[in-house]
Amino acid sequence: MIVAKQKPLSELTAMLDGYRNVLAVGCGTCVTVCFAGGVKEVGILASALRMARRLDGQPMSVAETTVQRQCEAEYIAPLAEGLDEFDAILSLGCGVGVQTLAERFPDKRVLPALDTTFMGLPTEQGVWEERCQGCGHCVLDITGGICPVSRCAKQLMNGPCGGSQGGMCEVDSDTPCAWQLIWERLDRQGLADRLLEIQPPRDWSTSRDGGPRRIVRDDLRLPPPEDV
Amino acid sequence: MMDQLLAPAPAAQAPAPARRFKSGSNLERMLAASHFAVTGEIGPPKSHDADVIRKKAALLEGCVDAANITDNQTAVVRLSSIASGAILVAQGLEPVVQMTCRDRNRLAMQSDLLGAAALGIRNVLCLTGDHQSHGNHPGAKNVHDIDSIQMVRMVKEMRDEGLFQCGEEISGGGPPLLIGAAANPFADPFELRVHRLAKKVAAGADFIQTQLVFDMSRFREYMKRVVDLGLHEKVAILAGVGPLKSAGMARHMRDKVPGMVVPDGYVARMEAAVDGVAAEDKQARREAWRAEGIRICIEQIRELREMEGLRGVHIMAIEWEEAIRPIVEGAGLFPRPVPEA
Repeated sequence: MIVAKQKPLSELTAMLDGYRNVLAVGCGTCVTVCFAGGVKEVGILASALRMARRLDGQPMSVAETTVQRQCEAEYIAPLAEGLDEFDAILSLGCGVGVQTLAERFPDKRVLPALDTTFMGLPTEQGVWEERCQGCGHCVLDITGGICPVSRCAKQLMNGPCGGSQGGMCEVDSDTPCAWQLIWERLDRQGLADRLLEIQPPRDWSTSRDGGPRRIVRDDLRLPPPEDV
Repeated sequence: MMDQLLAPAPAAQAPAPARRFKSGSNLERMLAASHFAVTGEIGPPKSHDADVIRKKAALLEGCVDAANITDNQTAVVRLSSIASGAILVAQGLEPVVQMTCRDRNRLAMQSDLLGAAALGIRNVLCLTGDHQSHGNHPGAKNVHDIDSIQMVRMVKEMRDEGLFQCGEEISGGGPPLLIGAAANPFADPFELRVHRLAKKVAAGADFIQTQLVFDMSRFREYMKRVVDLGLHEKVAILAGVGPLKSAGMARHMRDKVPGMVVPDGYVARMEAAVDGVAAEDKQARREAWRAEGIRICIEQIRELREMEGLRGVHIMAIEWEEAIRPIVEGAGLFPRPVPEA
């Protein structure tokens, strides 16, 4: 899932300075599951913002709604009705949700309430960890199902570096060394000798470095109208 | 698998006329002549003051065969390693320019390697680089376009095949650089450390400088594995040593530095060095500590000289370059031999 966390209230009140009537929009997908932007979080944040503004002597009205999936135009289209009364939309979706709203309603100010952080999973109640950076060329087949791009602080392809100590990363003693994990996993599967192969430099053009990415599936595209 | 990896590359069909040396550097010639090599290290200043480099270089001249120049060591911005290297070249002390994968992508690396060679630099040490969170710009982006093993291979292909990493030809041939890499026998997992060294050798490293060696028994075990695999015959391994400055430094290195193992025995010796010295006599304590630090370092070098598979030592006395000469002398490695050209 996409994991996000709410921005600090002080940052949000500064961002919303001057707005009087705001629509807070949650999302029923990833950010609901990670407790950052679902129905409940929209309610709590809206109340907190109303209170903060009342205490500042600048009352603000905050309406609440949550769509099932903020990242697809069909799901946010119904918001168009009644949108005129709001002077801003506060999105509790991920960065994709914020931008989908902004693209669909280009005349409206759309502001982010969350910091979108990573693609990951919950490792225990209340703890999420990154597992994927969407680099565009998956190497999990050669690294025992453990991603060095998202989990090694140096994105090594021939790790571990000299900072691995006691199974932990030099950057943070609470973070496991990804390459220690990779080695243990491959060793357990009897494949440790695969680590002796030198992995060549990566082609990062499939990653962020190639610019905004786009996938086109001709088998799924609809024919142009004139051909129908 | 290992044999395959370590097998020499098949000879090219029409080999270029054999160059006697890959780089012609003093370090390469010293190793080729089977002398026990001594390298030192200079940390450039956090300023543009070239005299700092010159003064440090003067302390190392005649004591080392080449001096490493660190590259934004511990992720702290310092005078550039290549610029420092050029200052050393002008002074007549041979530099080993360190280059990390943290701060440069493959374009910048290759460009800087050509620049380094153009400035007369003949040795490069390929490093991953400490993470920027340890340095003075923790909010910086790191690069890590390629890793240190990929970098070793890239430099080798530049030098020996005259090719950029993309496969394009380098006009006028590749830069004559002796390729170094680092090894940390004290990082984990221990079992992988020798194999990682093997990968660096397979990638094309000519010499290896290790992390500071304090834990002799672990290093001995490491070197035994290195020798068992025959790696010592394919690459010149220089063991890293460095004098402890104080008991506090010994404790800090034991407890705080990632990838460093300092046995309690050395910490105890450093603590005992100031027995009977008044706590308020800071100068006397400092001198007592430093004398003991140098003594320990000399003992270590003497022990390492006897260890099978080692071709030299790399003495790291950053911000204490004065210690190099007494260490080299005390270890019986002074004066330095002059290898044939």
